[in-house]
Amino acid sequence: MTAPYAAGSTSSGTTRILGWLSLAGLALLLAYALVWSPADRAQRDAVRLMYVHVPSAIVAFTACAITTLAAAMWLRRRSEGWWVLGGASAEVGLLFTAMTLLTGSIWGRPTWGTYWDWDPRITSTSLLFVMLVGYLALRRIDNETGDAAQRGSRGAIVGLLLFPNVVVVHYSVDWWRSLHQTATITRLDPTIEGTMLFTLVLGIAVFGLVFAWLLVHRFRVGWLEERIDHSGLDEALVERRAEAGVGAAVGDGGTV
Amino acid sequence: MLRDAALIAGKDLRVELRSQVTTQQVAPFAILVLILFGVALDPDRGILSRASSGLFWVAVLFCALLAIQRAFTIEAADGGRDALRLSGLDPAGIFLGKAGAIAVQLVALEVVLAIGVVVMYGVEVTGVPLLVATCGAATAGLAAAGTLYGVLAAGLRVRETLLPILLLPVLAPVLIGATKSFEAALGGVAADGWPWCGLLVAFALAYLAIGTLAFGTLMEET
Repeated sequence: MTAPYAAGSTSSGTTRILGWLSLAGLALLLAYALVWSPADRAQRDAVRLMYVHVPSAIVAFTACAITTLAAAMWLRRRSEGWWVLGGASAEVGLLFTAMTLLTGSIWGRPTWGTYWDWDPRITSTSLLFVMLVGYLALRRIDNETGDAAQRGSRGAIVGLLLFPNVVVVHYSVDWWRSLHQTATITRLDPTIEGTMLFTLVLGIAVFGLVFAWLLVHRFRVGWLEERIDHSGLDEALVERRAEAGVGAAVGDGGTV
Repeated sequence: MLRDAALIAGKDLRVELRSQVTTQQVAPFAILVLILFGVALDPDRGILSRASSGLFWVAVLFCALLAIQRAFTIEAADGGRDALRLSGLDPAGIFLGKAGAIAVQLVALEVVLAIGVVVMYGVEVTGVPLLVATCGAATAGLAAAGTLYGVLAAGLRVRETLLPILLLPVLAPVLIGATKSFEAALGGVAADGWPWCGLLVAFALAYLAIGTLAFGTLMEET
């Protein structure tokens, strides 16, 4: 199996373009978010965090869905690629989940006057964070069991349940808190328009690119890790065969 | 399938009855948790009785973790798990049996905890039908999801530490639903609690279905 990129590297023509696009997009997003978009009347400059916060959240939940899809496909096909994708997506998703919580907290301080509010989204995102950590912990154990063919399904089953659980948790938390206050996004929506809306959409697009970029690289790192495991096994086999060959030549006529 | 389930549940409950671990260790632990909540939250009865629904269910969750760990540890020794796999019993039956045994223990623990909450936190019991229905649905959900994640963690070196992090976030809807439903039953408007009870039933049915279907695959892994 050959990879479309050089051994020891995870970049290819496509990812280089993706990388430059991501960086250029981030620069443009920064300019829009910090300079060209106006401050919000109610939230003032804190609103600028939303251009990072909302895209992070969307990417985090997308990553979660990809992990579940990869787990399902791995259970069906048992092909290494899906296995690696599930882990890559969960890891990158964990990063964006952390970023969502962090930016949300920083935004919450000036806007709500507190770092943490028992808002449905904060609560369910923090639970998502723990679920991703748990999934990755279980995967590490599965990884220790050897190559893809005999690898356990534990991680994959948890991965398969990941997105449904996220949805169930999200809605139950939403329902739980709905007695107290409405969801954040609906409070924001009516006021958002023009440059602000454009910046938000730009943010989502740019974060999508960054996510894809990181995901491809993480996937390739994972893929190379698998190759190393395999090559280790292959080399050991060759060595044993060589030893057996030498042994046979020396012990010619002896018992085998 | 149901006959196999009854066999497994009977076996697990017999083991518990003879070893007395649930009665001598988990039940005292449940009471201990209630006492610790009392100490932590200032035995000012106002706070405790207002928060009693949530505290009750948090205590149940902790006990459920212990019961689930226990349900899979008893098979770890002497190749019990291999014997179970070779027994030719229907995996769905094994799942239902283990979940059933855990549910029976949880119900017993809930009774102990309920008495503890009434006595120690000064809760007035009202809305009994809703309380009973909530306990039934929540217990079924806890046992089903717990058995599924329990077998995932079974046989691993890190099972004691891994199970809570895998299971507790998943059980968040059960904690929310059961607490809300209890709040409605105890002093609130009972009609507000029934939708939450519905959520618990849906959760339990979903996990029972997943467990019944997936347990065979998972048994092979562990």
